[in-house]
Amino acid sequence: MTRVSTTICVALVLGLSVLMAVLNLGTAAGSALHVPTYAVSLVGKYLCYAILALALDLVWGYAGILSLGHAAFFALGGYGMGMYLMRQIGTRGVYGNAILPDFMVFLNYKELPWYWYGFDNPVFAIAMALIVPALVALVFGYLAFRSRVSGVYLSIITQALTYAMLLAFFRNDMGFGGNNGMTDFKDMFGLPLQADATRAGLLVATAVMLCACLLVARYVVTSRFGKVLIAVRDTEARTRFLGYRPESYKLFVFVLSAIMAGIGGVLYVPQVGIINPGEFAPAGSIEAVIWVAVGGRGTLVGAILGAVLVNAGKTFFTGAFPEVWLFALGFLFILVTLLLPKGVLGLLQRAKS
Amino acid sequence: MTVKPVIGTLLYLDGVSVSFDGFRAINNLSLFLEPGEMRAVIGPNGAGKTTMMDIITGKTRPDTGRVVFGAETDLTKLDEPAIAALGIGRKFQKPTVFEPLTVWDNLLLALAGDRRPRFSLWARETREERERIEEILATIRLGELRTRQAAGLSHGQKQWLEIGMLLAQEPKLLLVDEPVAGMTDSETEQTAELLREINRTRSVVVVEHDMAFVRALGVKVTVLHEGSVLSEGSIDHVSNDPRVVEVYLGR
Repeated sequence: MTRVSTTICVALVLGLSVLMAVLNLGTAAGSALHVPTYAVSLVGKYLCYAILALALDLVWGYAGILSLGHAAFFALGGYGMGMYLMRQIGTRGVYGNAILPDFMVFLNYKELPWYWYGFDNPVFAIAMALIVPALVALVFGYLAFRSRVSGVYLSIITQALTYAMLLAFFRNDMGFGGNNGMTDFKDMFGLPLQADATRAGLLVATAVMLCACLLVARYVVTSRFGKVLIAVRDTEARTRFLGYRPESYKLFVFVLSAIMAGIGGVLYVPQVGIINPGEFAPAGSIEAVIWVAVGGRGTLVGAILGAVLVNAGKTFFTGAFPEVWLFALGFLFILVTLLLPKGVLGLLQRAKS
Repeated sequence: MTVKPVIGTLLYLDGVSVSFDGFRAINNLSLFLEPGEMRAVIGPNGAGKTTMMDIITGKTRPDTGRVVFGAETDLTKLDEPAIAALGIGRKFQKPTVFEPLTVWDNLLLALAGDRRPRFSLWARETREERERIEEILATIRLGELRTRQAAGLSHGQKQWLEIGMLLAQEPKLLLVDEPVAGMTDSETEQTAELLREINRTRSVVVVEHDMAFVRALGVKVTVLHEGSVLSEGSIDHVSNDPRVVEVYLGR
């Protein structure tokens, strides 16, 4: 069953993304089949959220770590990419400074802070966008799991982690653009970001990365490692008496999950065109938990489904009835928790059998 | 009061004490266990039986005293996974198996071997592992249920699965906490048989309330009371000990 749903999910994600890209680039703007560029980027954004949801399901669904701060890893990845895109602007910025991004000129920086070095190189920037979330997860997870912090206490400190980062990134003297963050990007790998072809390419790249993350996650949870992880999730003490170290298992999966979230962030920023401290907001991480719960916790595919469904709903509701969206989201979460413990995917599976 | 450990002692508790919020759960407890021995530990509720298991397996650290395993290893310095790796297995009072996993996978995870994530991430089932699991399935009589989720087993079957997991661990010493609680008479009998079979190759400590079961095991008995040893010897010896009679029957 899980193999079937994984195959269907990969086929749908890749097929629909490629189809959208082809219809966007291959048809004229007036054609009935034409997919507008804004829709391409919108779906690209959903798929980035789906990567975040997948990362969250890996730790929550399989290791029982209810992270309420997972968007922090997503945002860190996004900032890494944002720094690269800022450096690419060069003299095309408002102040025309070849080295310093606009916000630094505005804030009277005299020279580039040392931690911005190398971010003009895309390989270095993307590597850092994955290494930094991994390191944060490693240090945080090491301390938390070694001290056997779990359950609701762990959730609270993950929330504190993302909130602390929110406050830090708001500061102008952090050198990451403060409140305004980074925006006004021009191009990426030499390709203009506003061009339809770049947008379509980003959508397909996101779809490919999402599927790659799904396959990696599936390998992990179906391996012997994954079985131990499930054992740790449900009966942690028992695994210790069998000679396993639950903290090592949790730490590995937590770091892997942070890297995946970082990948989501890297792909998100060029498609939405901005990264600011708002991405660290605790509410964002909690929303990600709702996506996973709606789709079906502990199923991987369900997390992707949930992220796409809830975000599509959000786009619709915030356009049609902007004032009711938050109520609808809260109501949805209560409804799913009460009536659909296995989420939409569980409902689909039940309908099938 | 330090006693030199007897040569060939497998487990040696030397003057162990531990208190919880001022309550002395274990009070200057000393106990020897020979290699290959099966020992029954009995005692009224609150006598410190489970706490003693917690101390041996590293869940609880004693305030004073030493716990020596084998020749030289001081267990009080180690944590649960390290102690498990030395070859001490533990069965809990309430059967604790991995409910979402199949019977087969429960045994697979328990098999002696590398426990590190970097190994389990790439591990493939080997033929030796399969043969070993088949063997254990035959011993615990769950061969038919190998693909069943552990959550779907009966209480008695879960107890047996857990004993099978302990066998798979290949421990030198097995600690078994109330193995027959909640079992039917025939299951109790089969469990006694199974424990005797296990005892042929490894040492066993059984904590039990059920006197008939302890009698059926026919091994040396240690009676705990208020955290220390009250009496020790054959079942007939301890059940005729006036102090034991008073503790068990006098109140």
